[in-house]
Amino acid sequence: MNCMHELALMQGILDVVTKNAHSYGLRRITKIKLVIGKLRAVVPDSLEFCFTTLKEDIPLIAQGELEVEIKEIEGSCRRCSHQFLVEGYRFRCPQCQCTDIAVVSGSELYVDYIEGD
Amino acid sequence: MQIKLVSSILGANDTLAAANRELFREKGVFVLNLMSSPGSGKTTILERTIEHLQPQLNIGVIEGDICTARDAERIAQKGVPVVQINTSGACHLDANMIASCLEDLNLDELDLLAVENVGNLVCPAEFDIGEDMKVMVLSVTEGNDKPCKYPLMFRESRALLVNKIDLLPYTNFDMDALEQDVRGINSAIQIFPVSALKDEGVEAWCQWLTQLVRRKREK
Repeated sequence: MNCMHELALMQGILDVVTKNAHSYGLRRITKIKLVIGKLRAVVPDSLEFCFTTLKEDIPLIAQGELEVEIKEIEGSCRRCSHQFLVEGYRFRCPQCQCTDIAVVSGSELYVDYIEGD
Repeated sequence: MQIKLVSSILGANDTLAAANRELFREKGVFVLNLMSSPGSGKTTILERTIEHLQPQLNIGVIEGDICTARDAERIAQKGVPVVQINTSGACHLDANMIASCLEDLNLDELDLLAVENVGNLVCPAEFDIGEDMKVMVLSVTEGNDKPCKYPLMFRESRALLVNKIDLLPYTNFDMDALEQDVRGINSAIQIFPVSALKDEGVEAWCQWLTQLVRRKREK
């Protein structure tokens, strides 16, 4: 099941990369850097597998490598504004015990940069 | 050469979802995105929900499945308009799939559009389709450990229907532990224990849903 998830995401990633490579006049992508938050339930190994499989058919990306930065989940308490690391998906402020928590970081899903020539 | 993009991977989907949402707002149609793993009872819940709400509300349904039109055939028997989307392999519905089948439904005549997503506890939570709220179903036979294993869907949903409660005596499902885990992830979530098969608890869910549909209509 996870692999299907990563496959759909990787197709989205390669669309973004291809579009931008064309508009910047790149003929060869050497690196794609992704930032993904832990809330996204993305398995980096599955993502890497899908990348390796899909890039073979895209000459622009075939030689490229993938780097994934995983962001921890950070919350901000809507009552006392305390910012903290959310561990074990427990959205509870360690300072005032409030459970109304905004996600500050952890839901990222973007292409940070591409490298190529 | 390094080119900084900071480009959202789901940006194209989010743009289409925003267009869907605007259309639903214009038409005053409340849209429900129903998600769960396969076999939890989404279609049976929809059947019961339609039976309860049909006298007061005009309901349409979009059925998402990898293949077959079996669920759509079941829903059509309830006398409501239904469109089947076959994703041919994709494990979730996206905003584009929803947009492409809207011309088959007369939105002017609907109060509530229920979208039954593809059975999967991961991907459907990632994709905005322009809905007013995500609701998920978890059946007691799946076990109460699912919130901690698949937190995103529980975090994204406004309501959780715990289905098949008639089977509780035959399982080791711990309702208190489930509630504690779910509230840890999403303190504002509404929890409705139901048995769609036996039509237990469905009334409370339907009353809550009706209020939300009416509120949107009045805006």
